[in-house]
Order: sequence, then C-alpha cells, then structure tokens
Amino acid sequence: MVLDIIGVVVTWIAVAVAAWFLGLWMVKVFQGERTFLHPVLRPAERGAYRLMGIDEKSEQSWVGYTVSMLIVSFVSFLFTYVLLRLQGHLPFNDFGLNPQGFGPVASDLAFNTAVSFTTNTNWQNYTGEQTMSYLSQMLALVVHNFLSAAVGIAIAIALFRGLANKTTKSLGNFYVDVTRATLYVLLPISILGAIILVSQGTIQTIGPYVEAHTLEGAKQLIAVGPFASQEAIKDLGNNGGGPFNANSAHPFENPNGFTNQFELFLELLIPFALVVTFGKWVGRVREGLAIGAAMAILLVAFTVIAAIAEQSGNPALSNAGADQARTATQAAGNMEGKEVRFGPIYSAQFLATTTGTSTGSVNSSHDSMTPVGGLVALVQMQLGEIDPGGIGAGIYFMLVFVVLSVFIAGLMVGRTPEYLGKKIESKEVRLAMLAILIDVFSILGLTAIAVLTKAGQAGPLNSGPHGFSEILYQFSSATANNGSAFAGLTGNTLFYNTTGAAAMWIGRFLEHIPILAMAGALAGKKVVPAGSGTFATDRPLFVGLLIGVVLIVGALTFFPALALGPILEQLQLAAGHLH
Amino acid sequence: MEDRQRQERRNLRRGRTSSLTDRTILLPALGGAFTKLNPLRMVRNPVMFVVEVGSVITTVVFMLDLFNGTPGFSGANNQLFVGQIAAWLWLTVLFANFAEAVAEGRGKAQAAALRRTRSDTIARRLVDGKEDRIPSTQLRKGDVVVCEVGDVIPGDGDVIEGIASVDESAITGESAPVIREAGGDRSAVTGGTRVLSDRIVVQITANPGQTFLDRMINLVESASRRKTPNEIALNILLAALTIIFMVATVTLQPFAIYAGTSVTITVLIALLVCLIPTTIGGLLSAIGIAGIDRLLQRNVVALSGRAVEAAGDVDTLLLDKTGTITYGNRQASEFIPAPGVPMNRLLEAAELASLADETPEGKSIVALARRLGAAAASNGGDGMTFVPFSASTRMSGVDVDSHSIRKGADDAMARWSANELPAEVAERVAMIGRSGGTPLVVGEDHVVLGTIHLKDIVKPGIRDRFAELRRMGLRTVMITGDNPLTAAAIARESGVDDFLAQATPERKLELIKNEQGQGRMIAMTGDGTNDAPALAQADVAVAMNSGTQAAKEAGNLIDLDSDPTKLIEIVEAGKQMLITRGALTTFSIANDVAKYFAIIPAIFIGTTVGELKALNVMQLHSSNSAVLAAVIFNALIIIALVPLALRGVRYRPIGAAALLRNNLLIYGIGGIIAPFIGIKLIDLIITAIGLSA
Repeated sequence: MVLDIIGVVVTWIAVAVAAWFLGLWMVKVFQGERTFLHPVLRPAERGAYRLMGIDEKSEQSWVGYTVSMLIVSFVSFLFTYVLLRLQGHLPFNDFGLNPQGFGPVASDLAFNTAVSFTTNTNWQNYTGEQTMSYLSQMLALVVHNFLSAAVGIAIAIALFRGLANKTTKSLGNFYVDVTRATLYVLLPISILGAIILVSQGTIQTIGPYVEAHTLEGAKQLIAVGPFASQEAIKDLGNNGGGPFNANSAHPFENPNGFTNQFELFLELLIPFALVVTFGKWVGRVREGLAIGAAMAILLVAFTVIAAIAEQSGNPALSNAGADQARTATQAAGNMEGKEVRFGPIYSAQFLATTTGTSTGSVNSSHDSMTPVGGLVALVQMQLGEIDPGGIGAGIYFMLVFVVLSVFIAGLMVGRTPEYLGKKIESKEVRLAMLAILIDVFSILGLTAIAVLTKAGQAGPLNSGPHGFSEILYQFSSATANNGSAFAGLTGNTLFYNTTGAAAMWIGRFLEHIPILAMAGALAGKKVVPAGSGTFATDRPLFVGLLIGVVLIVGALTFFPALALGPILEQLQLAAGHLH
Repeated sequence: MEDRQRQERRNLRRGRTSSLTDRTILLPALGGAFTKLNPLRMVRNPVMFVVEVGSVITTVVFMLDLFNGTPGFSGANNQLFVGQIAAWLWLTVLFANFAEAVAEGRGKAQAAALRRTRSDTIARRLVDGKEDRIPSTQLRKGDVVVCEVGDVIPGDGDVIEGIASVDESAITGESAPVIREAGGDRSAVTGGTRVLSDRIVVQITANPGQTFLDRMINLVESASRRKTPNEIALNILLAALTIIFMVATVTLQPFAIYAGTSVTITVLIALLVCLIPTTIGGLLSAIGIAGIDRLLQRNVVALSGRAVEAAGDVDTLLLDKTGTITYGNRQASEFIPAPGVPMNRLLEAAELASLADETPEGKSIVALARRLGAAAASNGGDGMTFVPFSASTRMSGVDVDSHSIRKGADDAMARWSANELPAEVAERVAMIGRSGGTPLVVGEDHVVLGTIHLKDIVKPGIRDRFAELRRMGLRTVMITGDNPLTAAAIARESGVDDFLAQATPERKLELIKNEQGQGRMIAMTGDGTNDAPALAQADVAVAMNSGTQAAKEAGNLIDLDSDPTKLIEIVEAGKQMLITRGALTTFSIANDVAKYFAIIPAIFIGTTVGELKALNVMQLHSSNSAVLAAVIFNALIIIALVPLALRGVRYRPIGAAALLRNNLLIYGIGGIIAPFIGIKLIDLIITAIGLSA
C-alpha cells in the first residue's frame, strides 16, 4: 500500500512540475510571443487563418467571442452528426476506414453522441468497438477531442483577458485562440503522449479486428484500431471518450501501471497549467497559485476519501464475514468492477481525477464503487468540476467561486469587494450566480423529471438509493460535461439520449454565456491599486475561504439529493439493509 | 421649546438615545413591523418575501385542518406542530421588519425634531425695494428677503447684503452663534435658523420642499432612501441563493417519493426558510439605515447612502492643511539668542515687543516667552508707547522709557539696526526659512538680540492618526496654499503621505482627476465656492455646514459641526457598514451547514430511509423538535443580531489581512458552529416544555 501511495504522490509531483512550465509556455503562446516551435508551426498557423479568412490582429468583444464560439460549436456538431448518420454509406467502405462495415448510427444516439463530443463531455451511450468505424472515431469524434478542448482553453484565456485588461473591452480573437491552443499546446503534447503510450503497448493500427482462436478452439474477434493517438488527446483534452467501451480499463488503451499514471498526468496537466498561466497573465503568479492550491487541496482530500473508502471495502461484505483485508498477495478492499492491475487505490485516484477534471474516462466501474467512492465522484461533478476541473472550464468555473468568495467575505475588510483590483458589482454577481444556478437547475431539475417519469424510472438497473444515484450521476456527469457513467443506468433510450443531450448543452453553452459575459463586464474596468486595506487573494487564508465557499455554496445545495443517494446507501450497507 | 430641541439634537448627536432601550422608538417600531407586512413592500426584499409566502401557506394548512378537524393537509405532522411552524415563520418576518423599523425610528425621531423648526414663518419679501409679507412656503428661488434681529430665516439662501450673527443650533445643535455675511465663503444661510443681531438681505436659493431642511428630513426618514450599488449586488446574491435553495427543496419531494416516502409541505417550507439567507436578508436594510444614522449621530448628514458606502472604499484623503493638520496660524516655537545675549534678555524683549500685538502670532510669542521664564510684564504700564506694525516699516514693538524694542522681518531689522545681522543670526534666519518656518528678529536699541522661530503648529496626535490611516490602507494628501518648502516641512512633521503646495482650485481638481485615473477613490472636505468643482469631482465630498451654498450643493455629505477632521470618522463609518454587511452575510450562509444536519435526518426519521438518522449528529429529540428548533433558531438569530446590525461590527485599523482573519473566525467559523449549539439548546428546551409535540 505504501508503494501505491508513493505512486499517487509521485504523479502529483510530476503534474506540478510540468504544469509550471506548460503554464508559462501558454502565456507566451496566447500573447503571441515567439516560441521555439514557431519555425515549424507559424506557417501552419498563418495558413489556417488564411483558410478561415481571419485577420489575426482583429479583436472581439465578449458578444463577438461568444457568437464565434457558438457558431464553431454548432457547425462542428452538425458535421459529426451527419458523418455518424452517413457511416457505412460513404464511398469505398468509408474510404477504407470501416473494416468491420458498421452501418449508420441511430438518429437519437448520433444526436446524443454529437452533442456529447462537441461539449467536451464524451458521454458514450454506445459501445465504441461495436458501433464506430475508424473514420468515425478519427474524424467525427477525435476532431472534437481537440476542438472542444481548445474552446475550453480559449474561454479561460478570454476570462483572463477580462480580468487583466484595464483599458479595452476586448477579449481577444476566438479563432486565433482556438488555433493556437490546438497547434501549440494540444497537438505537440498529444503526439508526444501517443508515442509514449505506443511504447507501452497501447494499440495503434488501421487494420481490421483480429480473429483469435482460443484454447477451446472457439473463435474470438479482438477489436483493435488507431487508438494510441486517440488515447493521448482523450486524456490531455479532458474528453474521456475512449474508443473501447471499457475505456481505460481496457488493456489496449491502458496497458500497465505506468500508462495508468501517465493518463492521470495528462488529465491533470492542462487544468493545473492554466492556473499558472492565469497568475502570470494577471501579473502575479501567486494569485494563480492560490487558486491552484485550493484545487489541489480539494483534489487530494477527495482522492484520499475515495481511496480509504475503496480500500476499506464493502461494509456489507465485512459484516457477512468476507475477508477484505490487504495482504501481501491481494490488494483487497472493494475489488468489484476493478482491474486487478490497478487495485483499489489507483482506481480511486483515477475516479477522483477523472471527475475532478472533466475527463470522464474510467479505469474501473464507477457503478461498482463503494457508495462513498461514488459520492466523491458525484460531489466533484456537482461542484462544476473545479479541482482542478475541465480543460479551461476548471479555472473559469473556479473563478466564478472566487468572485463569490470575494463578494461574500470581501466586505469584511471594510471595502466594497474587488478582485485583482476590479470592483465586483451587481453585474458580476448576477452572472456568477447565474452560472451556479444553471448547474443546479440542470442537475436537480432533470433528475427530478427522471424520477417522476416512467421513462426515467426505467433507466436504473438497481432499486433503492443506488438506483437513485445512477440517475443523479447521469445528470451530474452530463451537466458537468464529464462523461463518466454509473453504468447501471441504461442510457441509450430516447429519454436519456435527449435529456442527457439537453444537460450537456446546458452545462456547456448555457454556462459559457454568463462566464464570457462576466469576462466582458470585467474587461476595461479600472484597477484599484492594492494597499494594506485591500483584500489579499493570494494568501492561505483566502485559499481556505475559497474552499469553504465552494463546499458551502457549491456542494450543500446537493446535500438532500446526496443524502438520499450515496449517503443513504452507505448507511444501509452498514446496517445490512440491502436492495 | 428651543432648548428642548437643542437638547434633543445633542442627545442624538452623542448617541445617548440607544434606540434599543428608547421606548419612543421601540413602540412605534412594533407597529411598523406589522404595517411592513404589506406584500407590495415585502416583494422588494425577495428573501423575506419568500418567508412571508411560506408563512401564509403554512397558516392556510393549519387553518384548513383546524376547521376540518382532519389532518388532511398537514399530513404526517400534527396540528400543534404546523401551528407552531406557522407562528415562527410569521415571527421571522416580523423580526426582520422590526429591525428595519427600529433603524428607521432613530431617523424619524431626528426628523421630528427638525420638522419642529420648520414651522411656517412669515417672510419679508423685497419686491422693487418694497417689503411685502408672505408665508415662507410661497417663496421661490430668486426671491429676496430681509431678516432682522429675532427673525427666523424663511428659506435657504445666500446673504447678498449685510452681516449678522445667526443661531444655527436648530440644525447643528451648537449654541454658539455664527457670523454670516455677504460675499465670501460665509454667505450661506439655512432656513429655520434665527438672526440674533443686525440685518441681512438674503436671496433664496431653494424652492419650498427642496430646502436643506426638507432634504435632511427626507433622508433621515428614509423616504428617499434608495438602494446603494453594493446593496443591490448583495440583494442579487441573496435572491439567487434563494432560488438555488428553492430548487433544492422543491426537488427533494420527487426524490423522497422515489425513495418510497414523502415530505409534508410544512416541513419543506421550514427547510426552505432555514436555508435561504434570512439573517442577512432580514437585516440588510436595517444595516444600511443604521450606517446613515451613525453618521448623523456624529452630526454628519449623508445626502445618499451611496456616499456612506463609498466612504468605506476611499483610498486617498485630501486634507486641507489649515484647520485639519495644523491649528491654522503660526506660533512661536523657539527663541534663539544672538551670540553673547542671555536667553532671558531675549525672552523679555520679545515679550515686551509683542505685548500689544493682538495677532495669534504675537499672542503665542508672549505665551511662550512667559512659559520659558520671562517675568510677566504688565500691559500698558507707565511710559510704554506701542509701535504698531506697518507695511512700510514691517516691524512692531514698544518704546519703554528711553529704550526701543522691536521685532520684525530679518531685512527690516537689519535696516533698523543699521548693520548687517550678526553672522550667527543671519544663518539661523536662513535655517528657519529653509525648514518652512518664519523667522522674526528681535532687537533693542538697534542691537539685534536674537531670533524667534514662528511655525505652523501641527495638531498633537495627528501623526498617530495618519499612521492609523495608513494601516487602514488610506493615503493622505495635504492641500495647502503654502510654498513647497513650507509645505514639505509640515508634511514631514505631520507624517502626511504627500502634499500639494500652492494649491489652486484648478490644481486641486487636477489632482483628484489624476488620482481617480489611477483607480483611486478620493475623499475631501471643502467649504468655499471655489471648492465646489473639486467637491463635485471627489467620490466622497464633505461640505462644511458653515460653507457656501455652492459647496453644500456639490458635496454628498454635510458636516454640521464644520470639523474637517471628521473625514476620518466618516471613512470609519463607511467601513463599519460594509463590514457589518459582510459579517452577517458570511454568518447567514455558514449557518446552513447546521440546519441541513438538523432537518434532513429529521425529515426521514421513521420512514423507509430511516437509516439517515445517523446524520442526526446533534442527537435532536424527534423529527418535529428538530425542524421546530431549526426554525426557531432561524427566527431568534435575527432578533439577536439586531443590536449588532444597528451598532455595526467594530472596525479596527489593523490591516485587511488581520481584519479578514478575525472576522472570518468569528462570523465564518462561528457561523458554522453557533447554530449547532443553538439548535441543540432550543431542541432541549422545547422538548422539556412539551412543545415538540
């Protein structure tokens, strides 16, 4: 167990070190400074602007930025929807990239999937290896793995500009930010990542599925594909939609302990790096580090809780006399739904990381976690994912909580609240609260509709509180654009495909509008110079305050729902009340 | 009558009327709490409006079941429980209304005192040189009136002719009469004040209903009270939190049904009311009114709540040197004898030369010389001939017997002594000049005896005050007409952060705009007409009541005592108001943790999901007692915090970091812990007296 813990900690340290350098790199990239990759990438960047007809010097207001974001997202959504519907009907067996000859994807599933990938959710109501051709995987889906991640980064950068700009209302240029995010950040790291994954055995081929003969002489079809390249951006871009249904529990995606930790490293890298970018951008790295510290403390706390819960195992089994104690030969704990390769602690870390970020890839079955483990996943998603959160989304949603913390407690130093010298006034408060309201409405509202309707009640496989958790998880995951699932829920139904898609839209685009509007409201505001009377937001005290506000304002709202879901389940398991 | 008014005003000013013990405020406030139940009024406060709606619904549930005799609507709850919940919800609303009414009451008492002075008077209007008598209410802007001894000035205006002493105690509570004269900065008169001597002609500057007195009455009665920007933002936060908790409570019902049980409407409403931020929602407007009141007690009239709020945000204080930092006139601070001259001889000569000098400088020379040991020479003794100061000789003094004693500027004295000044004296003179002081040379019979150092005396304690302001995060800038040399010396001595020397109205305005351009908020005081542009530009502009009408129009706060050092207290009052708001908001939100732990397990005790009783960490007695205890705590905490809301959280200039740490500890951590204890205690009590039903 000590080695497991060391493995967990070493991963975090690696993230911290790499995030620092990547964060500084991103400042250069998005401020248009020259980098060592310029000789190679600058021509491609220029070409892209020419192709799109973009003047890279032109700047956008928050409205222009938002409209561009919505247009790009909608067009790319249509592209994916159409491509999925045409699967199997394109010439030459989909250009030779459909060796298994899969037919078109059903319309509601294609709709749900297109929304899912556009919104960086990657909720998968399909089984990849039985539904998607290589063309669909590579073109219809992976495009979004890059694009949606780049959009997330772009919006975070726009918010940084809003907080830093003193004289102009401009938030930059959406197209330029997305292009740079893709070219200078996502592509180089994914290429490196893919090479590392291939070296460890992650599969990468466009050949057809392999037929194997088992010892009994039976024939078995083994799914393969060009997946190492997909795997890298899946984690780096916080997408989470794996080519295989088993996701990172599948040995072709995640072959060994090293790749497991490497994937977690990729998931955490950009969200933490953006914290450094933010600090540098607004002129004080400490400001960013304070936010990063709050994120890290929450992530560590949630990881520890999940790890303890999983290692302790199922109380009902303990009561029944099962031996769940760890020994030299068995990892023990709650091993239901877990890979023996990873065991409870690495699985718990994966769970906490994938739901603390907006990744949603899994290396174990979340549905089979102990209720407390499931609670950790639910809470992190319901918070809007801020520890460290989705790519871009993490820091901009955390900044919403920062604005609220400053507003609620900042008055206590005897000044009207200000953050980074900018006054937080009714407009910012309204937009910040709107962002939180949207989250709450979507998760609780849709869950309520589901439990009230026959179609919704038909979803969960389990009865009792666990069934309720499955529904709650669906809408928490979709709204937070996470994409992981309590697989006990039958999601590929008309009801869940559409309500799930609605939650993903709401959680992504409805959420983006107030955040960009807030960036617009902050941009151009005069900056009050800091003095001894101003509220310091780069101190440990503020980190504590921020965590408190996140937990009280963000999480307590869900307390009644959580009480009837995972909390009740845990209590019932302990009491031997099984369903 | 007048004496009583004056006494009332003084009492108010000194804060002797503690509104929480004053029956004249408390009793009307009780009535006010009920009249404020009007839903049209309540809807302006979304949090408390939700509580009122909840009260109505629970009351209806209670009534229906009472009359039907069946627990059809109250469901699993018995009627005693529903009745108690309804009663406590009403009390929650009433407590909040009461808090607001008490805060308003203090202003109302003050307004009543003011209104008594506004009794209609007869104005003596001058039309084409002829007087006609009309009621003061018919006066219009531009009219010209005459006021003589004993007349009450019928309206606000400017003296355009004459000079008079005026009793302004009705407005300021100060009994010493003030001089008002045509032209200059002392020309403004206020309606309702009384002329004590002489005759003045006044041009009216305000139409009836818009006079200073009217505006003051309006303000203190809060009739024209508008929400301040920060109040609006806070209201948005509170409204949004209310919506969030409504979603959380409304969706709880379907979740409970899915879990095979259900929650009664009474309990759902109880949960909602406990979760929404009623503590701050109920006290917010009282805090705002109390902030204005606190200034009023210090004799500062805030013309808008916004100004008080802005005062908390001020970054830079512009302070006039004269009157604020220094006493305003040069005083003797040191005697330096010429070589070979005994100190005593210089002291006595200086004293004699100044005996007849009635200027503050002269008096200070006499006083200091006597303190340092000069024998007190009697004024006007035999053989004394005083030589007054004249612009041509630039010296003054006295001839005693055959001796002539003079003091004067160094060059004039050099001429008088028909010699160059001794080198040591000349050097000393130059030194004093360099330090910003004024040197006076003393001589007897054409022999120079030494030098007197005259300087602006910085008020004692002002240095500490500036250090305190620095700790508050405020920068101080001294404004003076002095030359840069003198200004720098005073700035150094007083510890002010910066200064503007040779200030003109234009340069003042420029300085303010410059500071504002860097994002700073500026506060200043002013009284003259030429201060008006700067006052209008400043974020917090305190006009002296003794100042001109133009200055008063341009300011957003008026200091009735005309004391420029008040600025510091005004800033403190602003900060105090903001801190109180923040503290109660934090407290209110932090309280929710305990309330969840009281109510959520309580709802499900004894149902299909009874295992949730493990969350009953407070070990509350029963489902009903838990809900009731939470609701009672929620109501009582409002009334318990009324004194804090009215008095304000104390502001100490210990720097933002320490302030935040202390307040977070008290109101944040305290806000989490307090309700656990409070709810448990209430649960024990209601269980003991059998109300937990």
